[in-house]
Amino acid sequence: MASGLHNSDIPNPVLRWIDQRMPVFTMMQKEYGSFPTPRNFNYFWNFGALAMVNLVIMIATGVFLAMHYTPHTSMAFDSVERIMRDVNYGWLLRYVHANGASMFFIVVYIHIWRGMYYGSYKAPRELLWMLGVAIFLLMMATAFMGYVLPWGQMSFWGATVITNLFSAFPVVGEWIVQLLWGGFSVDNPTLNRFFALHYLLPFVIVGVVFLHVVALHITGSNNPLGIEPKGPQDTLPFHPYYTAKDSFGLVIYFIVFAAIVFFAPNYLGHPDNYIPANPLVTPAHIVPEWYFLPFYAILRAVPDKLGGVLMMFGSILVWFVLPWLDRSPVRSMRFRPIARIAFLLWTAAFLVLLYCGGKPAEEPYVTISRLATAYYFAYFLVILPLLARLEKPLPLPESIARAVLGGGPLPGGAAAKPMEKA
Amino acid sequence: MFRTTLKAFAVLGSLVAFAPAPASAAGGEEIHIPDTRFSFDGIFGTYDRASAQRGFQIYKEVCANCHAMHLLSYRNLRALGLTEAQVAAIASTVQIQDGPNDEGQMFERPGRPSDRFRSPFANPQAARAANNGALPPDLSVIAKARAGGADYLYALLTGYGDPPPGVTVMEGMNYNRYFPGHQIAMAAPLNEGQVEFSDGTPSTLENMARDVSTFLQWAAEPELEERRAMGIKIILFLTVLAGLAYAVKRKIWADVH
Ligand code: HEC
Ligand code: HEM
Repeated sequence: MASGLHNSDIPNPVLRWIDQRMPVFTMMQKEYGSFPTPRNFNYFWNFGALAMVNLVIMIATGVFLAMHYTPHTSMAFDSVERIMRDVNYGWLLRYVHANGASMFFIVVYIHIWRGMYYGSYKAPRELLWMLGVAIFLLMMATAFMGYVLPWGQMSFWGATVITNLFSAFPVVGEWIVQLLWGGFSVDNPTLNRFFALHYLLPFVIVGVVFLHVVALHITGSNNPLGIEPKGPQDTLPFHPYYTAKDSFGLVIYFIVFAAIVFFAPNYLGHPDNYIPANPLVTPAHIVPEWYFLPFYAILRAVPDKLGGVLMMFGSILVWFVLPWLDRSPVRSMRFRPIARIAFLLWTAAFLVLLYCGGKPAEEPYVTISRLATAYYFAYFLVILPLLARLEKPLPLPESIARAVLGGGPLPGGAAAKPMEKA
Repeated sequence: MFRTTLKAFAVLGSLVAFAPAPASAAGGEEIHIPDTRFSFDGIFGTYDRASAQRGFQIYKEVCANCHAMHLLSYRNLRALGLTEAQVAAIASTVQIQDGPNDEGQMFERPGRPSDRFRSPFANPQAARAANNGALPPDLSVIAKARAGGADYLYALLTGYGDPPPGVTVMEGMNYNRYFPGHQIAMAAPLNEGQVEFSDGTPSTLENMARDVSTFLQWAAEPELEERRAMGIKIILFLTVLAGLAYAVKRKIWADVH
């Protein structure tokens, strides 16, 4: 082996030649082929792969939409309808892209929920978790700006309401708003910069996703038991076991996606967005896309504008410090009888906020939103820190293999190491 | 495993179920839009071509006096079953401004199939001026732009009548049961016997409302039939694929459970 060349064991001579000089095939084999993966994943562990596929779908459809889309206030609406009518399979591209955003959020919400339920955010995966929260924030920015592009009534008024929120910040607020607008109201410069950013941000997401996966492959995956694998008997190579399992999940995901795209493509959208934007006519009831509704409900639950904005941003930013709010050494909620109930209630509060966010800002929705908001924050800031001290967790299984394969003698080497987590 | 999968779907299901909160009526009062049966209802529904053609005739003879449909071209009517000659004849009945010609002058010429539907007014100001200040909206995507879609259009067109006692209608406005706020600037556009159909269909209010709603639904979603046909094939294919993928997964996992 010549010095400086990578020692490759890829059989195909052409691939080996490349691999010796740039060991990407060895890397793929290591990270996606033989990568040791806990053997006890349930189907919640499909959603990371699904999110990755979804991101690729968004970029692929988005690039082709951008070839036909015109980012000008006088032409944007008609150019989108032109895509729907005159571009070959343009309706398919657009409906996949528009509903793909909804699918992306469904997938990522479940992915985040999984992380919270099974304690995947805890040491040593804090950075992995924080990169995930960063991806979620970037997704929100991307989807928000994408929704502005068709320049319908909700595009325009949603953009006006949301950008205006920044004016609540003292001193810099006005300046930020003018920077977002590129002027003194939502207008052509706004549409132009949103289009440029909407094209850019997905690629930033790709970058952060890469880091997310790098971090994942250092710590390895968590699993439904929340205990670390202790040896080969606790893991399986990623391929073929999880490639096969993820493939099945992927097909199910495509079925749900296809059902929406082909049979109810406008169900998740708002009819007002088929009315061209008109700065002189305010819609009776401005609502953001469904996936923003929980945060919109938090915003409106607070009577003070700045307070509402801070609470809204805080409701996501608090996720960043979740690893340090929840100090319980036990990861999986399966072994935390009280935290489990508290978390399922948090899930309910989140769904209640989602519901209230789509309703007018009147009673009883305001009071319900306030209660749900209070619980949302209390869970993170009070309940989790307290439970870490007070809750008595159930006994953890000795090892993954023992829990999965039942009692009986373990294969060699198992349970040799002491449990590393409480 | 089954239990958690079920949970996954429960979460997903509730997300989707909670989603379409918007659509509710504006002015606080919730107006119930009755469900009208259309040929395009359900996942196997298709457009009743004869009905949509009559609907186009109603649009052309009645609604087009006030409402533009600038996203449609005459050639699109081929999809409703009109022949090339019929489309050319329809297009040629309107005068379209074209130009400039070699002398730099704008000129009028008869319409061609490739032209967009001619708008009744040159600009929104002219449209308002002719309609007591109210703007008749473009109808190209109206069926997608109103909660309830074609059901709403049918209800709107058949929902005129006298206001209930105690309700006064403003000058120049008309009472309509289904319009948000109940006062609409458009006078009842359809009246019994107003349009004569060559296929002998009686021009009752209900027939005309159904036909024009079908036409407007087609105008808003011309891809609907192709979309559903493709969707059925894709979902059948994916269902088979899911079975295969599951069998493969089971086989691969057989030795480690
Ligand atoms: C004389 C002019 C005129 C004619 C003819 C006319 N409309 Fe209208 N239409 C209007 C005006 C003006 C409005 C705006 C009403 C308002 O906003 O109060 C309107 C509004 C509408 C709306 C929107 C209602 C809403 O929910 O905002 C629909 C749908 C509609 N017309 C359909 C039709 C159809 C279908 C026909 C033909 C059968 C028709 N119109 C014929 C003038 C007309
Ligand atoms: C993270 C990935 C992405 C998300 C979440 C996203 C989201 C969205 C959303 C919600 C819309 C509005 C859809 C509608 O109602 O019509 C939209 C529109 C659009 N997007 Fe994206 N997008 C993503 C990636 C991209 C990329 C990479 C491109 C271009 C390369 C792109 C180009 C467009 C264009 C041209 C439109 C306007 C056409 C339309 O509205 O249908 N998108 N996007």
